[in-house]
Amino acid sequence: MKLKEIIKCLNLNCKVLCEDPNLDIDIEFAIASDLMSDILATAKPGELLLTGLVHNSVIRTCEITGINAVIFVRNKKPPDETIKLAKNCKIPVLLTDLTMFETCGILFSKGLKGIHIERAD
Amino acid sequence: MDSEVVFKQEFEINGGDFVNAGESASKLKNILKEIGIDTDIIRRLAIAAYEAEVNVVTYARHGIMRILIYPEKILLTVEDEGQGIKDIDLAMQPGYSTATDEIREMGFGAGLGLPNMKKNADIFNISSTVDKGTKLEITMNLNDKNVRD
Repeated sequence: MKLKEIIKCLNLNCKVLCEDPNLDIDIEFAIASDLMSDILATAKPGELLLTGLVHNSVIRTCEITGINAVIFVRNKKPPDETIKLAKNCKIPVLLTDLTMFETCGILFSKGLKGIHIERAD
Repeated sequence: MDSEVVFKQEFEINGGDFVNAGESASKLKNILKEIGIDTDIIRRLAIAAYEAEVNVVTYARHGIMRILIYPEKILLTVEDEGQGIKDIDLAMQPGYSTATDEIREMGFGAGLGLPNMKKNADIFNISSTVDKGTKLEITMNLNDKNVRD
């Protein structure tokens, strides 16, 4: 699914925060967490991240793991430094007033998949 | 005996600098990309470096991250001056943490950093002295195609 289609799925509840975002990037998988440690342990390159955390550590985590785009949920507006870092890293950042659960539910029902974590045992 | 170092670089990490935490790992990732290292190795090493950097920022006064690239391996060391780790076995257990509120607000401090570094490394070594500091060594094995002369 392209990022612009994801924005369409979220209807009017989604706002693009960065300038000149590439909305044609393909997203197949998504991960949702406020815990960056979890994301660092499980994320796959090319994913979409849904999070309620707005610290610039979110963008660093995306850059390091190869996450392609971020949606901040619950209408949590990131500080300017986070948006600036996202711009430098060329990571599109979006904002929705939906909750994490609602955002995940909508995107899952439209075909976006989660990643499967292999068990250690 | 180790073979010749093909590339080396150092990065300074300042304790308490939460805003810039991750900058060294990011620079490291870009350097490895330019050299043409395998993308999976870059990703695993960048994740381990980021976790290590966040630990220095959180728990130490100062730290040095060093990258040494040999024809057959990459060695990443992160050495800090700080409080050290009292019980390394306990610190390696997923979920064990002594994190502050500040680091939890950044989405870290869940006690997953050291286990995640170990998971991503081919070889992981840690040593620490209380009230002195901690040293991490992360080795990634390369095959012939990874480093050009």
